[in-house]
Amino acid sequence: MKNVDSKSHVRGESVYLDDVPLLQGTLFACVYDSPIAHGKLKSVDFGEAEKSAGVVKIITAKDLIGENQIGGILPDEPLLADEEVHFCGMPVAFVLAETEEQARAAAKLIKAEIEPLEIITDAREAQAKGELIAPPKTFKLGDSEKAFSECEHIFEGRADVNGQEHLYIETQGAYAIPTEQGGLKIYSSTQGPTAVQRAVSSVTGLPMHQIEVDVTRLGGGFGGKEDQANAWAAFCAVGTQLTKRPVKFALHRMEDMRMTGKRHPYSADYKIGLDKDLKIVAYEAVFYQNAGAACDLSIAVLERTLFHATNSYFIPNVSATAFSCRTNLPPNTAFRGFGGPQGMFVIESAIVHAAEKLNVSAAEIQQKNLLQDGDEFPYGQIAESDAITSWTQAAEKYDFEKLKTAAEEFNNQNKFIKKGVAVQPVCFGISFTKTPMNQARSLVHVYTDGSVAVSTGAVEMGQGVNTKIAQVAAKILSLPIERIKVHSTNTLRIANTSPTAASAAADLNGKATEMACDAVLQRLLPIAFEMTSDSAYRVSPSGDRSGAPKGATLGEGAPKGATLGGDAPKGATLGGDASHGISFYDGFVYRDGELTSLNWVTLVNEAYMRRVSLSEHAHYATPGIHFDWSVAKGHPFAYHVYGTAIVGVTVDCLRGIYEIDFVKCCHDFGSSMNTSVDYGQIEGGIVQGLGWMTMEEIFYDADGKLRSNALSTYKIPDIYSVPKEIDILPLETERKNLAVFNSKAVGEPPLMYGIGAYFAIREAVKAFNPEISPKFDAPFTPEKVLMNLYSGYLKAAKTG
Amino acid sequence: MIRFILNNQTIETELPKGFTVLDFVRYRKNLKGTKIGCREGDCGACTVLVGELIDKKVKYRTQTSCLMPLANAAGKHIVTIEGINKENGELTEVQQALVDESGTQCGFCTVGFVMSLTNFCLDETPKTNEMAVSAIDGNICRCTGYKSIERAAMKLCDKSEPSAVADGLSCAIEKEIVPEYFKDINFRLKVMSEPAALNRSLQQTVPTRFVSGGTDLYVQRPEVMVHAEAESLFDNTELRFIKESDDFVELGASVVVTDLLESEVFNRLFPNLYKHLKLVSSTPIRNMATLAGNFVNASPIGDMTAWFLALNAQIELSKPPASADGRTAQTRNIALKDFYLGYKQLAKSDDEFISKIRFRKNFTNFNFEKVCKRTYLDIASVNTAISLRSEPPASAGGSSVITKAHVSAGGVAPIPLYLRKTSEFLRGREISQETIAEAHEIIQTEIAPISDVRGAENYKRLLLRQLFTAHFVELFNIKP
Ligand SMILES: Cc1cc2nc3c(=O)[nH]c(=O)nc-3n(C[C@H](O)[C@H](O)[C@H](O)COP(=O)(O)OP(=O)(O)OC[C@H]3O[C@@H](n4cnc5c(N)ncnc54)[C@H](O)[C@@H]3O)c2cc1C
Ligand code: FES
Ligand code: FES
Repeated sequence: MKNVDSKSHVRGESVYLDDVPLLQGTLFACVYDSPIAHGKLKSVDFGEAEKSAGVVKIITAKDLIGENQIGGILPDEPLLADEEVHFCGMPVAFVLAETEEQARAAAKLIKAEIEPLEIITDAREAQAKGELIAPPKTFKLGDSEKAFSECEHIFEGRADVNGQEHLYIETQGAYAIPTEQGGLKIYSSTQGPTAVQRAVSSVTGLPMHQIEVDVTRLGGGFGGKEDQANAWAAFCAVGTQLTKRPVKFALHRMEDMRMTGKRHPYSADYKIGLDKDLKIVAYEAVFYQNAGAACDLSIAVLERTLFHATNSYFIPNVSATAFSCRTNLPPNTAFRGFGGPQGMFVIESAIVHAAEKLNVSAAEIQQKNLLQDGDEFPYGQIAESDAITSWTQAAEKYDFEKLKTAAEEFNNQNKFIKKGVAVQPVCFGISFTKTPMNQARSLVHVYTDGSVAVSTGAVEMGQGVNTKIAQVAAKILSLPIERIKVHSTNTLRIANTSPTAASAAADLNGKATEMACDAVLQRLLPIAFEMTSDSAYRVSPSGDRSGAPKGATLGEGAPKGATLGGDAPKGATLGGDASHGISFYDGFVYRDGELTSLNWVTLVNEAYMRRVSLSEHAHYATPGIHFDWSVAKGHPFAYHVYGTAIVGVTVDCLRGIYEIDFVKCCHDFGSSMNTSVDYGQIEGGIVQGLGWMTMEEIFYDADGKLRSNALSTYKIPDIYSVPKEIDILPLETERKNLAVFNSKAVGEPPLMYGIGAYFAIREAVKAFNPEISPKFDAPFTPEKVLMNLYSGYLKAAKTG
Repeated sequence: MIRFILNNQTIETELPKGFTVLDFVRYRKNLKGTKIGCREGDCGACTVLVGELIDKKVKYRTQTSCLMPLANAAGKHIVTIEGINKENGELTEVQQALVDESGTQCGFCTVGFVMSLTNFCLDETPKTNEMAVSAIDGNICRCTGYKSIERAAMKLCDKSEPSAVADGLSCAIEKEIVPEYFKDINFRLKVMSEPAALNRSLQQTVPTRFVSGGTDLYVQRPEVMVHAEAESLFDNTELRFIKESDDFVELGASVVVTDLLESEVFNRLFPNLYKHLKLVSSTPIRNMATLAGNFVNASPIGDMTAWFLALNAQIELSKPPASADGRTAQTRNIALKDFYLGYKQLAKSDDEFISKIRFRKNFTNFNFEKVCKRTYLDIASVNTAISLRSEPPASAGGSSVITKAHVSAGGVAPIPLYLRKTSEFLRGREISQETIAEAHEIIQTEIAPISDVRGAENYKRLLLRQLFTAHFVELFNIKP
């Protein structure tokens, strides 16, 4: 089943923020942002800008009617700089003008006098100076100190991993429209409609019920629009509040890149201890997270780093501590994986370090330490592990040994081209780690023509969540998918939404939709029972079902709609006596397994005539999860997703460039309810992870200015940089899980397969230059590759 | 007034000729299918088809509408997704392939891919997998990981012949890849076309006196360009030719990189032309990027500049004549290597434009090397080109002597660098490891790279050394 949006996508008819038709009188906004990373804001000169053609109003912090505050977790993030600026790109003022061009021209005329203060861009430096967003957090299991004293081998080192720009192709933006009695309607390109609603409420002083936020879809989010869509919506809202005119702001790419935060860069110290059998006995890590100038989601991201600090491995003695460090960079934020990938990079570095020193393959250590059923994670949850099964299935299906020896043989025969192979297991927990966020609602309306409208809190951004929700409704109601329409995400229809994040949107909102549809169905059952008790309906309609009124078209689409329910007339999964022997299939009612001539439309109309509700608003909360932060133990995840990838690369050792030959993975889908959507998530996730590990290099200079500030200087994978081969093997397992229809979350985990590329490149580099032990410092750009390949030459040049 | 055809509609507009086609279609014509991802030519979300009458046939190429001034649309057929969509709501073969292979997720990049692949279907390139992928080398997608798009692109090859297609356009109309109305475009363009001539009277200030493809100007100063009234040299037929004589090749200044790729002369003289020019920007940008624009932009990493420096090319500079009917009056010639005086400082007056480029064919070997963060569609960290004449002509291994040599390097100085000393040194030397080693030393004295976002100083030094070595590996298989 293809993504329900794909047809309108390829015809260019899907609607994104910048495509919303504008109302007459719409004003355009442009932000004036700080050119200095840290300083005292002495004065701002608007003289020329105010006189500039078309300018209607210039707004600063003191014009806000509400509070100058949009922080989500902590109230530490002003919408507009007031007394100080804290990063380059921090909004200082915004201009409203009659046209976009006029707004931008005027913003250029604004000048701020800023007295420079000390600039910190490095997390370790910030930590040393006591610049922390919140007190550090620690996860502990066993007694690592004691365990180290008994270890055969101990290795210590440092690992660094850079950030990553989201580079959703659609930039951030919002459009605010005044509604009557001082209200606002806001179109926003956001993953978190409620977050936008809260931020707007904060800065305008309006109660939340006066603010409607509507999201049709995003042109990509990846976490970058979870919290960071708020500011742009807040600007438009304030503009509308103060001018009573609609206000629009869609960012230019360079504005977006310099003003928004990215994936957090991390620096970490690790210490790993192994026994003589290569079992990891103890592991300690200290993480320095570069949070940027405000908290944003950093604390939550930091927590997930700790949750995934041991990845797929069972280590009996662990101590992991993490500092969220305040620097003068734009506040870093959520990005697919949410801190997990950074934690995993560090443990993988530690393992590779140990392997290198012990002269064994990293894969041997990895494999010996995989989680087993019943093992305890450092946060107390007990594993139901498919780490070993996924490893074994991948190693067997793709013949890991052969891949490795082939690379070795190739390397023996070629001097200037080297290959490297690495294995990357992944274990990723599904659920928001902040337990209260694991709730969702769905609103289902059945109309009297039998069509069904569904609204949930999930935001469609390409991940196919609307498709999955439509599938859920279609399956429960046994209707063809065309009869279901999933509508925009709107805070008037669904309140208090959790952001679409943590890979959990399909699970949470899908389950809520399942419940809502089920509730409607339960009300229809007795009516169907009664109606089919009338012999008029007991006649099975003739073969083509043409006897059915109006809704007859339903039957034509026959097997199409029921792709999920494959198990024919039992389509509706309503067991037991309550069903009165009634079931539904493809728009028709069956009684005791026999087709009747009662169709969906007739039934729905009868229910309406009997004044039975055809609508339902259902609430779902993930059962069984809990976490106690006072002891940092609990059961935070509904389930884990496992997988193992084998990554192969080829390095051109003359030029220091490389290609990814293959990524072959065994991935745990549970049982996928939509393979075309899910495989797409895997391929896309892998390539995004590869980009992070290879070419994507965020570059801030010492003044905190972003130098990689456009698509010309920040490179994400193009069609030629993707692996020549991506192969996906679905993990075979019988386990039940808490995912919607057993179809596990798939958004984030595959990104982490990309980490394997880093270590595969490292292998190849070492094959050319055995002298070198490249630092664990991602991404492995062509520059780093060449410098490591020719470390000898550089040394000679220096001394010579 | 500017006249052109947009999809099936004839357009006459009084908007400034510097206004971009992107803003025109989206905000003046409400054709919202064309998306904006960067306004820098780097994402392809805004890709449109541009049809032009060439030799009485309409030839389509893709361009990024964000960098395209309306001036360069004049007399042409501009096609957006709305001009491709079938009225009955069904999908074209290209669209269907993307749907079938799940080649669209968030959808924001998708229209750009549809346009590029549609162009692939209606142009004359062989319908091979390689060329299908090549057609989308300027389209960036952040969601799919491209594999599904690649599969869709390959589907478009399966049924076609692996050789050059005679009449791609009629074929595409027949297969309903583009609508029927495309049949009439040829006639409609003929009626409207007014051959571009140099505008005699314009007085403009530097440095936006001239615009060609716009791929530098619209990235660097988009706001200024909208109202700049710059004179477009892009469609000037006098400036778009490639001629070969016994000793020389002569090119018009507005030749774009794609013209080189499609030129018989260039394919003959440069055996690795496709491989090398693929390293330069992307398909839509190569369709817009002129040689003169590359030279005058004077970026230290200009690829075509490095290329022509290594050919020791001459350029012809002209001034627009004073009288409206006069022929191009004053011209002078200068070696490209003498054109660069300092960072973005050129040996040319503001009203001079490049009219021609000329180089001798007396080289036996040519190679081009470029390394960047991302191999394709990226600006070089370092690039270098070399042309040599070796006697006897060296095949792999044999001992021969270099009689002529020109070496260039980019990204290692404030200007695109002709390596004078190195070139001089090579002349008269045997092709050998020793020669290369000695040349390395000289190169290092000629360059002065700085650390920036494209690499640290010592990386660029090392990289040029490697790429210089690579020239000899590629040309003579001499391994270090
Ligand atoms: C996405 C992208 C990728 C790119 N990748 C590369 C790359 O890989 N390698 C590379 O080298 N470049 C690259 N470029 C830069 C650019 O494409 C080239 O420099 C191109 O050749 C410029 O030509 P143009 O006709 O578009 O120039 P324009 O933008 O039209 O003009 C550039 C300058 O030249 C002047 N000019 C133009 N024609 C003449 C003339 N006949 N006489 C005098 N002055 C003239 C203009 O006034 C202006 O100052 C890239 C650009 C983009 C947008
Ligand atoms: S908008 Fe990105 S190429 Fe034009
Ligand atoms: S589908 Fe989202 S960018 Fe390509």
